[in-house]
Amino acid sequence: METTYSSLNKDRLIELFHREQKSMTELATPLVNRIRQHALSRFEKNGFPSKQLENWRFTDLTPLLNTEFFFDFSNKSRSMDVEKIFTCDVYDLDTFSITLLNGWFVYKSAPLTKLDNGTIIGSLAKAMEVYPELVDQYFGKAAKTDVYELAALNTAFVQDGLFIYVPDGVTLEKPVQLINIVNADHPVFLQPRHLIIVGKGSKITLVHCDHSLTHNVSFTNILTEIFAEDNAVVDHYKIQNKGRNSALITNTFIRQKKSSSVYSNMITLNGGFTKNILDVSLPEPNCRSEHFGLYLVDSNQHVDNQVYIDHIAPDNYSNQLFKGILDDEARAVFSGKVMVRRHAQHTVAHQNNKNILLTDDAKANTQPHLEIYADDVKCSHGATVGQLDPEAMFYLRSRGLCERTARQLMMIAFAGEVVQKISIQALQERIQHLVEKRLKGELSICDQCMLHCNSKEPTAFNIDMSKI
Amino acid sequence: MKNDSDKILQEVTGSDYKYGFYTDIEMDQAPPGLTEDTIRFISAKKNEPEFMLEFRLKAFRHWQTLKEPEWAHVEYPPINYQDLIYYSAPRKRPKYDSLEEVDPELLETFEKLGIPLDEQKSLAGVAVDAVMDSVSVGSTFKKTLGEHGVIFCSFSEALQKHPELIKKHMGSVVPYTDNFFAALNSAVFSDGSFAYIPKGVRCPLELSTYFRINAANTGQFERTLIVAEEGSYVSYMEGCTAPIRDEHQLHAAIVEIIAHKDAEVKYSTVQNWWPGDKEGKGGVYNFVTKRGICEGEHSKISWTQVETGSAVTWKYPSLILRGDNSTGEFYSVAVTNNKQQADTGTKMIHLGKNTRSTIISKGISAGRSNNSYRGLVKTSKKAENARNFSQCDSLLLGDQCGAHTFPYLDVGNRSSIVEHEATTSKISEDQLFYCLQRGIDMEGAIGLIVNGYAKEVLSKLPMEFAVEAQKLLSISLEGSVG
Repeated sequence: METTYSSLNKDRLIELFHREQKSMTELATPLVNRIRQHALSRFEKNGFPSKQLENWRFTDLTPLLNTEFFFDFSNKSRSMDVEKIFTCDVYDLDTFSITLLNGWFVYKSAPLTKLDNGTIIGSLAKAMEVYPELVDQYFGKAAKTDVYELAALNTAFVQDGLFIYVPDGVTLEKPVQLINIVNADHPVFLQPRHLIIVGKGSKITLVHCDHSLTHNVSFTNILTEIFAEDNAVVDHYKIQNKGRNSALITNTFIRQKKSSSVYSNMITLNGGFTKNILDVSLPEPNCRSEHFGLYLVDSNQHVDNQVYIDHIAPDNYSNQLFKGILDDEARAVFSGKVMVRRHAQHTVAHQNNKNILLTDDAKANTQPHLEIYADDVKCSHGATVGQLDPEAMFYLRSRGLCERTARQLMMIAFAGEVVQKISIQALQERIQHLVEKRLKGELSICDQCMLHCNSKEPTAFNIDMSKI
Repeated sequence: MKNDSDKILQEVTGSDYKYGFYTDIEMDQAPPGLTEDTIRFISAKKNEPEFMLEFRLKAFRHWQTLKEPEWAHVEYPPINYQDLIYYSAPRKRPKYDSLEEVDPELLETFEKLGIPLDEQKSLAGVAVDAVMDSVSVGSTFKKTLGEHGVIFCSFSEALQKHPELIKKHMGSVVPYTDNFFAALNSAVFSDGSFAYIPKGVRCPLELSTYFRINAANTGQFERTLIVAEEGSYVSYMEGCTAPIRDEHQLHAAIVEIIAHKDAEVKYSTVQNWWPGDKEGKGGVYNFVTKRGICEGEHSKISWTQVETGSAVTWKYPSLILRGDNSTGEFYSVAVTNNKQQADTGTKMIHLGKNTRSTIISKGISAGRSNNSYRGLVKTSKKAENARNFSQCDSLLLGDQCGAHTFPYLDVGNRSSIVEHEATTSKISEDQLFYCLQRGIDMEGAIGLIVNGYAKEVLSKLPMEFAVEAQKLLSISLEGSVG
């Protein structure tokens, strides 16, 4: 049954929950439903985050909720030929790809695949039916619904999303690519939920792409839980290339067991409103946790990266590097927090946020925070907001480069520091290419990124001469 | 130099808070509690002009609508504002003409404090205004200052003699609506210092005020106002101490500085309120609002602070850089030991073109204390070519303490450059080893390294404060070794 609301608020969502409860709970396990009830009570108490909250001071959700959203709770997980509507543009990227269309899992053959090595990849709704004990063991264990309002909202309405289980000692050679497509002819409110479990000593590369195919208003509130068991290695890429009318909120919760490594890379190329919340817990020693981010925003786009790294156990390493270039009236917010608890001795934690403002109307707000309760630690943070280095500029100009080329070269180099962290060669080249195009102004908001919509022919780009 | 530091270290080893004495002076107090009547009582007692009473009442009514802020990284039991005594003055408060007339016990107090109040200290070249339990008890060097047209007196005296200046400037930088404690101060403040430097005058002396809480259960609410007219210069110092008491005392002050075109104000403070004992019993709650405004072009204000005292500190000396080409500086050393908590930092608000600001903050935490830096650097859209550099380092001595850094950078135009750097670490093993190997004991070595670490800030203090600050650093860290 479809439901429409002229504007969205807490009470309406709760009313909606009670009305649609049956269609949501019948697909889930009893434990998941108990977690759902708890999350609902949290959401009932806290509601949507307001600007009064420290982490939402510069990010206002209210105007985004003032839209007539459509809700659809009927099970839309179905078989269809994904290639008909979407072709990935990274030609050489050989991946095991999975597609979510408007929050529901769409597949070619089966909703849940078990590979020869024991890896299970597929729909979360289906996994709750087939492997309930596996889902119950992990579901909701990392997501802090008591702390994050939108994580509570997502948990209350959980239906479908991606489920990956990599058993102990398995290395997935092929990256798993998750494509999250929004294709609707009316405004939609989506809340996909992903659960990723990486067993002891296993290795996985995950590429997570967010796209919109239409220019309709959409509000997506994704929650991803990643569990890295002992010695596991997780490489997580997020590429966000959404339409100007889309609001995207990602809540990523990572829990690392001993000696595991997690690398994440968030590339925001386009998007009307983007907020990435990343919460990492390091309760066991000898872990590495590195998180990179790049945002290239213009017009009146808003991007907000919120990172919380909790060093609970000793001997862990964490690193954050977030860089951004802001044009027109764009706004970027970075709020990072490194927490080093009393027993987390020998912690090494770095945090860095660098921004370049290209206009006087762009705004950057950065809050790199450290909270440290252990003494034998090495922690540093830095933040800069500025423009391109005039000396470097002079050097390039003195070598005969025109100002435009020199600027572009420097911006590409600035972004390069993050792009080079991408370890999949094909993806790195493609992103590099996109970044270059984006910075040259060839990739405007309208021709969305990698999507060449339904044709394999390269899209003819409208070059915005005013940007050159 | 080395001998000096050795001597200082020797002097301080084994000594605790040495300002913890209590002077038995008859006090004239308001009954405890806070109502409009208390405010009328204070105002009447001080024979204030009508506009002042109105200001106080407005502030009080506004304060009643406010809630005590909870965002700071500090914890303390709730304060019952009705239990406090809001006015406490030494009785027989005369208008002193010379020091002979002063109550000898009072003089003894200042003797113990070691403040250069009496004439023999004239060599120190300091003009002192001492504020004891909220009332100013004496200023020296009126004559020298008078010749240059500099006004330096207690706030109440200024209200009597220069009401127009007070009316014009008071509340212009920190309005009573600013925050909870500013509103409270505006309602009940009893005294403070006022300095006015006329156009083109370079103040011949360093101005200095000492604040002391003496009576039990009193809150100290003083208010400092410094106005530097075009092209003037002044260096102002403030020091503070309190006796050892079991219960907590509240100190909520306001400092306002106004620098006009080409003026420079250098404000230094050594804050040494009683920090409470090792178990966190007693100590002063220091909730202070300090703000300066660089009103005119090419004006400059610098804050230098050494924070070693107080059980709980909540203090953000801030600057509004409104004039084009104005400069703001903030140098801070904050030391916390035992169960002290400090949440301190600065705000630099760049409004004018080519404004520059520097923030150097050094935090040292020991024992079971918590030390936070919280700072905001904001450049508005019109603040072209604004430049800020911030460095906030934290040093941890011991594994039970905490050091936190909460910077906020809000940049609103493309031509400004804002940089923030911070590190947190413990004392370097290599440096310690080097000192020990040269025959310096552990405590001495730590003192040496900490002093070196804080040197960048200490060197900004006026000479005589620098020596005191060095001593204070060592005292505060005593017993934190091992």
